[in-house]
Formats: sequence, structure tokens, C-alpha cells
Amino acid sequence: MSRAALLVLADGRFPAGGHAHSGGAEAAVKAGRVTGAASLEDFCRGRLHTAGRVAAALAAAAVLGVDPVELDAAADARTPSPALRTAARKLGRQLTRAARATWPSDELDALAREFPKGAHQPVVLGLTARAAGLGAVDAAYCAAYESVSGPASATVRLLSLDPFEATGVLARLAPELDRVADRAVEDARCVVDEGADALPAASAPLLEIGAEVHAGWGVRLFAS
Amino acid sequence: MHLDHSHDGPAAVSADARRADGSRRALRIGLGGPVGSGKTATVAALCRALREELSLAVVTNDIYTREDAEFLLREAVLPPERITAVETGACPHTAIRDDISANLEAVEDLEDEVGPLDLILVESGGDNLTATFSKGLVDAQIFVIDVAGGDDIPRKGGPGVTTADLLVVNKTDLAPYVGSDLGRMAADAKAQRAELPVVFQSLRSEPGVSDVAAWVRTRLAAWTA
Repeated sequence: MSRAALLVLADGRFPAGGHAHSGGAEAAVKAGRVTGAASLEDFCRGRLHTAGRVAAALAAAAVLGVDPVELDAAADARTPSPALRTAARKLGRQLTRAARATWPSDELDALAREFPKGAHQPVVLGLTARAAGLGAVDAAYCAAYESVSGPASATVRLLSLDPFEATGVLARLAPELDRVADRAVEDARCVVDEGADALPAASAPLLEIGAEVHAGWGVRLFAS
Repeated sequence: MHLDHSHDGPAAVSADARRADGSRRALRIGLGGPVGSGKTATVAALCRALREELSLAVVTNDIYTREDAEFLLREAVLPPERITAVETGACPHTAIRDDISANLEAVEDLEDEVGPLDLILVESGGDNLTATFSKGLVDAQIFVIDVAGGDDIPRKGGPGVTTADLLVVNKTDLAPYVGSDLGRMAADAKAQRAELPVVFQSLRSEPGVSDVAAWVRTRLAAWTA
């Protein structure tokens, strides 16, 4: 494997559509729950240990060869909000395109055939990591990091937050990211043995509710 | 960027001229330019001029609303199913140049759902003078500026003014009121663009969008030849 491939995949400029999504930050800012660096950190920590943890386990399980159709159904079951399911599939479709162009593989072609409108993004992320020759822990890191880097960069735009402060938030979360990624790989190994029910189902009700409210707005900066 | 991919899998990945079923996809033309220069008005006028002779659709890239898409819907220039709005996370230039995946999905979905199409117009939200379309998204691009935005814009240049396949200087009817020198704009544009074409237009009076429509027809003829 090439460790440098991880940098390509994890780069915020990887063209897979993430720039148009705030990971729930726009709804949280509007509701007054994120007002600066401290509350952004709280928000990101909550997202990391819920949506981030589930996404990391899904991605790691996909790298370990668990059936993506089974994983996609498990992701649906762990995403109550229809708006979030739609966003996850849109991002999954966009990542599928970018991944097929970047790391062509039969598995990614098969995924595109199976899910022409997109599978859940973390599942696609796992198969992308596989195609790039990366391991389960790499995919878990990507998913966990995306779960906090998206809201952090969106908040810079939404609040005109000092970008150094936003980056400091991410740096302070790094030790927790390590733990979430490691745990996700353990979870994924359980999924290989026991099936998709072994995936974590940590949920963040406010993220789900906020996504539904956000989807109804007439004016917004971000798609989700 | 395609490495050695053979394209035997489902759905084209980017700018491929053929769709997954082997048919030729629609010509895609991008329209960009600063805020308020008349991009949406030009798209609306093009739809009216071309909709009887061509099967066409529009993708808008709004900055933070669906205003442009809704303007086109209100004006009823096309049936609603032929107009798609892409959300850009406040950065149209990212969605039309750096990360074009959402726009590619929009154009492919339009071809699937209302095709076959001859032409898709991809409109950018108003942006800065450096915002240009990726060649992976569009086959040709039009940059729209207007006389009221300052008659020094052609002189200043920038990727939009200098490299667009067609430069449109809009709202020529306003020139006397805002003190813009059309002759100077034309000379500056010529200096920046050499042989690339420039159209001066006013949509308020005849011949309106007809020069731009003629340019689009020429591009389409070359695409289908």
C-alpha cells in the first residue's frame, strides 16, 4: 500500500462534493448552538462520537470486504432523517465518480452499477480506500476526520470564525480521533464475524432534527 | 486523470462525449461572470430563442438561494423538469471548476430524465473575474460582463475575460447613463482576447440575444458534426 494515497483521499480538495455540505453546522449556527470556537468544539466532539463513529465503522467494514449492499442497508437503518439519507447518498454518488476516475477498479464499477444514485458515503469511502490500496484503519481515519473537518470549515464561512481557531479545534480533537478510528476498526472486525448488526448505532438526535429543519429552509449556504 | 480506465463500467465519469449507452451526450455550455451582469437574463433569452429548434435544459449554481432557478421557472422559459439547481456551499467557482461532481450529476440526470437533449446551459452564480468552468464539465464557456460594472473590466483581464470562448458585454443600452465607453471596451477586449469573439448586446431591444444564439448554434453544429 501507499501511505501517500491516504493524503490524496483525505485532502479537503479531493473533488467529491464535500465543500457544499456543513455536516449540520449551518443548522446549529442558526439555532444558536454554535457561536464560536468553544461551541464548535463541543459540536464537533458530539458529531465525532456519534455520526463520525458510525461512519468510521462502516468505512472500515467496507475495506475488510463486507458486502456493500448490506452495509448500505445498515447505514440507512442508522440514519433516521430522510434529509440526511439523501445527503449521504448524494455525497456517496459524488465520491463514487471521483474514486472511479482516480483509482479505477472493478469493485467501484460494480458499486456504481448497484447504486446508480449513490450508496451511503462512508460505504463508498471504504471501497475507495480499498481501491487505493489502503487499509481499514485508513478509511476509519478519513471518515472520522471528515465528520469534524466539514463542520469546522463550514463554520469559518458561516460565522467568519478565525480560521486558526477552527484549525485549533481540529487539532485538539486529534487524540479522540485516534481512539474513534481504532475502535471503528475493532467494530468492523466484529462485523466480519457477526454481520452488520455488530456495527455501532450511536445517534445524535439534534443532528437528525436539525437536518430536517435545514432541508426546509428557502435560503441557505450549504446543501446540508 | 482517467489513468488506464477502459470506460466499460456504468455511467461516464467526466467529460466523455459518449453516454453509458453509447449515444452522444448533449453539448454543455457554461455561462459565468460577475454578480448582476445578466447571466440569468441571457440564459432566459437563449431558452426563448432556441427552445423551438432544440431540446435543451438548464443547470443553475446559486450562491445561497434558488433565486436563479426560480427566476427561470417564473419566466416559464422551459418546463420545470428541465431546470435543475445545484447547491454550491457559497462557492460557485468551486462547483463549476474545482469540484464539478454535483454539476456532472445534474447534467447526467437531466439527460436521463428529460433527454435526449441537444444542449445544456450551465449557469454559474455571480462570482469574481477569475471564475471559469472546468473542461471536465463544459465544452465551451461564455463570460458575461456588463457596461455598468465598469468599462475597465476588459482592460483588467483575468481568466474569464481573457480565455472564455465567447465574451458578452451586456446592457449596452445603459452605456450613455453610466459613462461607459463601448469603443474602449471593444479595443481592450480585442487586446486581451486576440481572435476570440466578443458580442455586445442589449436584451432590452432587438436584436437581443440573437448574436449569442447564433454562436451557440455554430458550436452545436461543430459538436454534432
